[in-house]
Amino acid sequence: MFMVKYILRNAFRHKLRALLTVTGVAIAILAFGLLRTLVGLWYLGVESSSSTRLVARNAISLVFSLPISYKERIRQIPGVTKAGAMSWFGGIYISEKNFFPNFAIEPQAFLDLYPEFLLSPEEQKGFLLDRQGAVVGRKLAAKQGWKLGDRVILKGTIYPGQWDFVIRGIYRGAQRSTDETQFFFNWDYLNETLRRTIPRRADQTGIYIIGVSKPEKAAEVAQAIDLTFKNSLAETMTETEKAFQLSFVSMTEAIMIAIKIVSYVVIVIIMVVAANTMAMTARERIAEYATLKTLGFQWYHVAGAVFGESLFIAALGGIAGIFGTFPAAGVIETELSQFFPSFQVTATTIVLQMTAAVLVGTTAAIFPTWRAATIRIADGLRRIG
Amino acid sequence: MAATSDIVTIRNVTKSYRRGNQLVPVLEDISFDIHSGEFLALMGPSGSGKSTLLNLIAGIDKVDSGSIIIGGCEITTLNETELAGWRAVNVGFVFQFYNLIPVLTAYENVELPLLLTRLSRRERREHVEAALEIVSLTDRMDHRPSQLSGGQQQRVAVARAIVTDPAILVADEPTGDLDRVSAGEILSLMDHLVQDFHKTIIMVTHDPRAAEKAHSIRHLEKGLLTDG
Repeated sequence: MFMVKYILRNAFRHKLRALLTVTGVAIAILAFGLLRTLVGLWYLGVESSSSTRLVARNAISLVFSLPISYKERIRQIPGVTKAGAMSWFGGIYISEKNFFPNFAIEPQAFLDLYPEFLLSPEEQKGFLLDRQGAVVGRKLAAKQGWKLGDRVILKGTIYPGQWDFVIRGIYRGAQRSTDETQFFFNWDYLNETLRRTIPRRADQTGIYIIGVSKPEKAAEVAQAIDLTFKNSLAETMTETEKAFQLSFVSMTEAIMIAIKIVSYVVIVIIMVVAANTMAMTARERIAEYATLKTLGFQWYHVAGAVFGESLFIAALGGIAGIFGTFPAAGVIETELSQFFPSFQVTATTIVLQMTAAVLVGTTAAIFPTWRAATIRIADGLRRIG
Repeated sequence: MAATSDIVTIRNVTKSYRRGNQLVPVLEDISFDIHSGEFLALMGPSGSGKSTLLNLIAGIDKVDSGSIIIGGCEITTLNETELAGWRAVNVGFVFQFYNLIPVLTAYENVELPLLLTRLSRRERREHVEAALEIVSLTDRMDHRPSQLSGGQQQRVAVARAIVTDPAILVADEPTGDLDRVSAGEILSLMDHLVQDFHKTIIMVTHDPRAAEKAHSIRHLEKGLLTDG
């Protein structure tokens, strides 16, 4: 009981120093949490990908398209339940600042293959019946102020021209992590326009999204699809949605590694700062620790006092940092929703933050604890006055 | 304990410190006895070894050779942990700069040595209040050291030294940081502890006025006792 009281009072003996140290630890833990969340988000697409979906693309590169005629042949392969075309449209709404992902999809196949995008039956019907219909994510609609029935014009970049759409559905995500910032429209609208304007680019799709009956059959089905189109003009490369997403993530792996390193560097910096503070504190109190030893307190009492104080300050900063992470993540999610559709702090991140805080407190305490515990009483008493 | 029996027996004590590669002798072949209930002043110029001798008697430093027997216990054979336990029971300390813990109140400072005993909270309170009563500071028990004068802080330190009822009190320049009036009060208090509570006090001092209060004086010079 005495030790707890002694640690608590010592922690706030120099209020400004304690406040600055706690604030430093809190900011470091907050930054660490946000960076770890960012790293986690990078892999969110991979983690939330379905095990029953395959993606088939041109074997040469994603830049090259596949003929739409492949669709029926893919559908006939045993184990395939659905297949639908999907093309990256790359349209711009008013200006490039308003970036959001937009895709041409086949409505029925899309609705069947993506149960995580929730639409009311009326919205589904409206989308299926309207060639120029589009469904958009809830967050995107809220950001742009769109509502059902609104006309939206996208300026084509890959497919030139002004493209008119009518909002027929605003989807919600089945999970919090579902991306609600996307824009989907009818692939037929794109294709029919291309037939009129650029016929050589018509009847092509960027990728096929393919449903399989059982996840364990995915590899077998993917192999069967690729064999079907072997030695054709456009050979396919079929992989699970997870592998497909990973190929995108791997392109930016270096950035992720850099962010991870920065997140650790932040912790190392605060470790050094906290260690310096604790060393300074222990040095100032050497005579006090010597006095305690003189009175009969053992080395472990003194060590406990120094270690406890360091851990307490780091824990305070850690808790403040963890609590600060949530509003900070909220602000990022709101202000940067075009880049981070969902900026959710996970339980793993909180555990990592707590671990980092404990590590900071422990590491910062090692040297001062050793020094205070091993100081000779006679030497310690000489430090006063 | 009989008033005239020896409570401290020091035999052939030698102590030196290492300064770089050099061994600096501090005490050389010191032998003398201190009687129970004696108020002894150790005097000598700076660097004569008086504080080192006090530290050795109090068990906070180790001899190079020789022996120190206190109350029948040869403390020179005890290890660090045993010495800590021995000090907690047998010795009370009064320092020049009081060495109170600034974040604790006068009461809590006095209570410190009792935290190492098996006394209950209520028993501790009784002991602390009795000790503060002796030093006339019961009305200041909730004050922190920074809220007390130098003389009051030293009285709290004396209360802390006597709260476990040790046989010996060691005081290193107890009046060195005090004004004349406060120094007089502390010396009177120490005299009171010897007269009425039969404590044995070993005091290091530079101050001849402080030494006058002692029953006997030992002089050290260059690590040697100069008065036999």
